[in-house]
Amino acid sequence: AASEKKPGEKAPGEKKPGKKKTGENKPAEPKGSQREVGEKKKKVKKHHASRNPVLARGIGRYSRSAMYARKALYKRKYTAPETKIEKKKKEKPRATITKPVGGDKNGGSRVVKIRKMPRYYPTEDVPRKLLSHGKKPFCQHKRRLRASITPGTVLILLTGRHRGKRVVFLKQLATGLLLVTGPLVINRVPLRRAHQKFVIATSTKVDISGVKIPKHLTDAYFKKKRLRKPKHQEGEIFDTEKEKYEITEQRKADQKAVDSQILAQIKKVPQLRGYLRSTFCLSNGVYPHKLVF
Amino acid sequence: VFKRFVEIGRVAFISFGPHAGKLVAIVDVIDQNRALVDGPCSGVRRQAMPFKCMQLTDFVLKFPHSARQKCVRLAWEKENINEKWAATRWAKKIEAREKKAKMTDFDRYKVMKAKKMRNRIIKHEMKKLQRMSSKKGKKPEKSEKPEKAEKAEKVQKSAKVQKAQKAQK
Repeated sequence: AASEKKPGEKAPGEKKPGKKKTGENKPAEPKGSQREVGEKKKKVKKHHASRNPVLARGIGRYSRSAMYARKALYKRKYTAPETKIEKKKKEKPRATITKPVGGDKNGGSRVVKIRKMPRYYPTEDVPRKLLSHGKKPFCQHKRRLRASITPGTVLILLTGRHRGKRVVFLKQLATGLLLVTGPLVINRVPLRRAHQKFVIATSTKVDISGVKIPKHLTDAYFKKKRLRKPKHQEGEIFDTEKEKYEITEQRKADQKAVDSQILAQIKKVPQLRGYLRSTFCLSNGVYPHKLVF
Repeated sequence: VFKRFVEIGRVAFISFGPHAGKLVAIVDVIDQNRALVDGPCSGVRRQAMPFKCMQLTDFVLKFPHSARQKCVRLAWEKENINEKWAATRWAKKIEAREKKAKMTDFDRYKVMKAKKMRNRIIKHEMKKLQRMSSKKGKKPEKSEKPEKAEKAEKVQKSAKVQKAQKAQK
């Protein structure tokens, strides 16, 4: 058997006679086994030369199917080891769910499909959309902040009900809007969001490095809430649920927490309190492009 | 009618051009429109400059025509032109104008408050004087009026100084 293999395949043969030698020679066993282990670690297999002789460049002697047979690929079918993900995936998702149903004599529940068949197939197929790149959704946009706006800067609001008021900048929120506060006792501007574009940044800064802004002040906290649950009563449809905005206790508490820290810093700068109380306005001979803010 | 003449040694203020705002001494006249000009202590190289961009000042230096830069510098430093210039009203007005342009929003607010306070004080004194003059007769008042006017002036000046300081801040 050893002699048969030798002329045919020398490379794997190197390994095998080595094996057989260790089997035959007992005193040589420890050495051989060491060598065998070393060989196993270094080489997995030595590859055979191409079994498809070249007739001309790009043209082999044998066809695909002949090569399949020659390479004995029918014996060499491998599958990748099953990963943990695949093991997990084997858990099939639920197809149906039983839901309780009200009413008398209805039998308590129904078995409902979770994923239902489509109720409409269009007559024409939707054409394939062309590839586009760089079109990100809003949540992935890059947010920029002007270099002149740093935490503690006094900003002048230009739009909204608080236009003209001077206000202290706290931080930029995740959507890019600026979190800003009056403080409330100074100019009746609460913790509020302002848009960077509709704001003038002055060069006056309040030292806010020691002020801790609570982490729950995010865009979701400030988002406008709208309740719409019309019960189809024709007479009272115009009376929506949230006509009047009511200040929640949490807002008051947050306002106090932030403002108390900021007011301490404002008191240190002379005349800053009065400055924040005043509003910005233009008059004759005052040109914004010539003003230094 | 004319008090300041173009002469050798006249110190001129450059009003526009690349060297706007600097002082130079006229070293020589080239022709009807140009002068050879040098400003060793104000960073202006010796060069020809049209008269149009020069505005004559009150200072004249003593050096011969076409004197070299070293002489001009010596004369300039001897007369201490830089300090004299800074003490003139002209220079002070320029400085005040620059400061006003650099005022930030907060500074403008402070100035507004200072002005308001000053005007209030002045008005107060004026009203006092008016009341006095309307209550009593005019004759016994004449001796008191100049005193009160001085008081009002002093108050004015102190307020002005405050305002200037605040504007500087």
